[in-house]
Amino acid sequence: MSQKALEGVKIADFTWAAAGPLTMSYMAHCGATVVKIESGTRSIGARTFPPPGGEAGMISSIMFSNDNSDKLSITINMKEPKGVEVAKKLIEWADVVAENFRPGTMEKWGLGYEELKEINPSIIMFRSSARGQTGPDAHVAENGITLQSQTGFTYLTGWPDMDYPTPPWGAFTDLTAPALGAVMLIGALDYRARTGKGQCLDLSQFEAGLQYLAPALLDYDVNKKCAGRIGNSSSCGVPHGVYQCSGDDRWCTIAVFNDTEWRALCNVMKKPELIEDQRFATAVSRKKNEQELDNLISDWTMKHAAEEVMTRLQEQGVSSGVVENSYDIMNDPQIKDRKFFKQLEHKKLGAVTHHGVGFTLSKTPCEVQTPGPLLGQHTEYVCKELLGIDEEEFRELADAGALE
Amino acid sequence: MMTEKHSSETVLGGYRVLDLTDEKGPMCGWALANLGAEVIKIEPPEGDRSRNIPPFYGDVPHPEKSLFFFAYNTNKKSITLNLKTTDGQNIFKELVRSADFIVESFRPGYMESLELGYSMLSRMNPRIIMTSITPFGQTGPYASFKSSDLMCGAMSGFMYLTGYPDRPPLRISVPQAYSLGGAEGAIATMAAHYFRERTGEGQYVDVSIRESMVKTTAYSIPWTEKYGVIKKRSGPYWTLRGENTRVHFPCKDGSVTFVLPLIGSSPKFSGKLVEWMDSEGMAGDRLKEVDWENIEAGSVSRELQRDLEEAIVGFCRSKSRDELMEGLVSRKITAAPVNTIQDIAANPQLEARDFWEEVDHPDMNTSIRYPGPFIKATETPCVKKHRAPMIGEHNAEIYMNILGKSGEELILLKGAGVI
Repeated sequence: MSQKALEGVKIADFTWAAAGPLTMSYMAHCGATVVKIESGTRSIGARTFPPPGGEAGMISSIMFSNDNSDKLSITINMKEPKGVEVAKKLIEWADVVAENFRPGTMEKWGLGYEELKEINPSIIMFRSSARGQTGPDAHVAENGITLQSQTGFTYLTGWPDMDYPTPPWGAFTDLTAPALGAVMLIGALDYRARTGKGQCLDLSQFEAGLQYLAPALLDYDVNKKCAGRIGNSSSCGVPHGVYQCSGDDRWCTIAVFNDTEWRALCNVMKKPELIEDQRFATAVSRKKNEQELDNLISDWTMKHAAEEVMTRLQEQGVSSGVVENSYDIMNDPQIKDRKFFKQLEHKKLGAVTHHGVGFTLSKTPCEVQTPGPLLGQHTEYVCKELLGIDEEEFRELADAGALE
Repeated sequence: MMTEKHSSETVLGGYRVLDLTDEKGPMCGWALANLGAEVIKIEPPEGDRSRNIPPFYGDVPHPEKSLFFFAYNTNKKSITLNLKTTDGQNIFKELVRSADFIVESFRPGYMESLELGYSMLSRMNPRIIMTSITPFGQTGPYASFKSSDLMCGAMSGFMYLTGYPDRPPLRISVPQAYSLGGAEGAIATMAAHYFRERTGEGQYVDVSIRESMVKTTAYSIPWTEKYGVIKKRSGPYWTLRGENTRVHFPCKDGSVTFVLPLIGSSPKFSGKLVEWMDSEGMAGDRLKEVDWENIEAGSVSRELQRDLEEAIVGFCRSKSRDELMEGLVSRKITAAPVNTIQDIAANPQLEARDFWEEVDHPDMNTSIRYPGPFIKATETPCVKKHRAPMIGEHNAEIYMNILGKSGEELILLKGAGVI
C-alpha cells in the first residue's frame, strides 16, 4: 500500500451532523487518522439519518457511513469527569481538534481554545459553525437547510416567472463550506509542522458559502443589481437549458456558446435551415427568440432518449449531458470507469456503496477504504493503541462509565 | 526535506503557482493565493476567456471589467503567453523550473500535445505539483466531452433533485459546479503539498468537477441502492428523510425556511406554532384539540399533517418576513430568512465580524467591497485582498526579473505574438 498524503496527521474529531464530518472526510480519505468522539448516551445525531439500513432500530445509517468512512469511533461520556480526562488525552495526542457545535459548547466542557492550548500548546483547533464564533448571531441555531437560505442559495434557485424560489436539494452550504475549510486546515498543518505553532481556525459556513456567490455580491456592490432567478438560462449562451426527452421524466442539457456550436446543433437536429434563419442566426437574435428556439429544440429532444441526445451532440462538439438521477449515476459508465463509488462491507449494513472524493492523487491514493465506524467500534483500540492506556486503567474507565 | 523558502507568516508565502485555468478552475488558484502563494495567471495574448463572463463593472462588457473574473482572481499576477508557439512553450518550461504548482483546466491531452504534460514537466522539476481541473477528469469515456457548468450540475444528480415536480430540473442561478470543482482541486493540491513538504516529491492531481458535484447528492444513492427509490424534485419540500417535509414558506414580502417540525423529531414545536396561530385566531379547531405536548412523533395522521401544513402556510402568508422570523426565533424554532443578495450585503452578523473587504481599483478610480476571508485563522490568516490583474500586467516583472529577459527580447516576443 502506498503512503497517503496526510499520513501521520492525528485528528480528535468532535464534529457531528454533516458540515463538520464532511470536512474531516477529506482529511480521512487523504490519510489522516481521524478519531470520531461520540456519546453513547446522548443524541446520536447523524447515525439515525435515513435511509435506515439493515436491522430496524440500529444506529448506523448508510448516510452516516458515507460521511464517516475511513474514520475511527470512540465513545466518551463527557458528563463523567473521567470521560473528560480521556478526551484530554486525545487532545494531547492530536494535531487537530475539530468541532462544529453551537459556539460555546466546547467551552462548557472546559475545552475552549485557551484550555486546549494548555493541554497541547501546538494544537490546531478547527471550529466550524453556521455563522462563526463571534458576532450577535453566533449562537442562533441553524441547520444546513436554513443556512442555505440564509446564504442566498435558496433565493437564487427558481424560475423567473414564479414569485418564489425553490430550495436547492439537500443543504448546499454543507457541501461548499467544508471544501474551503479543509484547504486552510491542511495549510495550518503544514505551517505547524514547519514552525511548531498551532492556531485556532474559525470557519463560518455562512461566510465560506458566500465565496461561491462572490460575482453576485460584487454586482450588487458596484451596479446595485440584486441577482435574481433565471431558471437554467445563461447570459453567455443560448440555447442554454434543460430539454425534455423521450421517456418518463427524462431530460438533457444543451448549452451553445457560439455560432460554430449553433451550426453543429442544427445539423444534429437535421434542421440546417435554422442556421441562417434570421430568428436564430446570431447570438443576439437567438437570445431575443429564446422561448421559440427552446420549443423547437424540445420538439426534437422529445423524440429521442436523453442518452442519445447527449451522445450525438457531444460527438459534434456541443456541450450536452443527461440530467442524471441516482440510478443513472450508479450506472454511469464514466463514474464506473473512474471507480468513484466503492462497495464496502459494513458489519451491520452489508455491502453498501460509498462515494469517494472528486480527485485522485498520482502518488498518494485517497480512495475510500473502510465504511463508517460502528458507535464506539474503536474505543478499546484508541485507548490502548493510540493513547497508551493499559488494560487495568481501561477497565477502570469502562467501569466508571467514562467510555459510554 | 523541508524547504527554506518561507518569506512570510502565511501558509504558502514564497511558493509560486502557475495558473493556466479558464473559467473552470479559478477558485483553486484563488484559494492558494489566499494562503499567500504568488499565483501567476498565464493568459493567451488576447486574455483569458473567463474575462468575458458577466456581470461587468458598470454593466459594460469588457475584458478588464468582468466581476466574475475580479471575484476569483484577486491576489493573482497576470502574464500573457502563447503556449501554441515554440517560444511560448520554452518560456513556460523556464517558469516551471522555479514554480511549485501548476493548475490547468484544458481538455485532457492538450498539455501533452504541447509536450507540457506532467511526465515532461516533472522531469524538469520533480517537486512540481500539477493539478488538472476538468469536467470528468483525465480518464474514462466522457473525458473529452465538451463542458459547461450546466452539464456538470446535471450529470451530478443535483439538478434532477432541484426544482418543482411539474417543471424541468433546475440549477442555482449563480453557477456552482466549476467553483466546487476548483475548491476540491485546492484541497487535493494542498494535500499533495503537505506530502511534498515531508518527502520532497511532487505529484499529479486529477480533479473531476462532476464528481465533486455528485457528492452534493450522494445521499440519494442509498435510497436507490437499498430500496429502489429514485428521489425526485419536490419544490418546497425536503425529502431526504423519506417523508415530504415542508421547508419553504412564502410570506408577505419574501419567504422563510424552517423544517416543519412535525414528523420524527418533536411535535412539541408544532404545538408552539399552533399556539401562536391560535393567539391570532388562525388555528382551526382540529389543530387546537391536539395535545401537542404529549403526542407521539410517529402517531400524527397524514390528515392532521395536511391540516397543520395548510394552516401554517396560510399563517405565514399573512405575515411579513421580519414578523415571522421574530416569532419563530422567540419560540426556539430553527429558521432563517430566504435572503437576497441585498439582504446579505446589509447583514449585521457579517458586519459585526468585519467580513467585507474594501479593495482598491485605482484604474477605475474606485474601490469595491469583496467577500472577506473564507475562514478566520489566528496565525495564518487569508492575505489582504488585492484586485485581480489586468491582462499581462506583470509581463515586465515576471519576464525581466524572474526570467532575466531583456527589453529587446520582450519586444521581439511581443512582435511574434508570443506574449
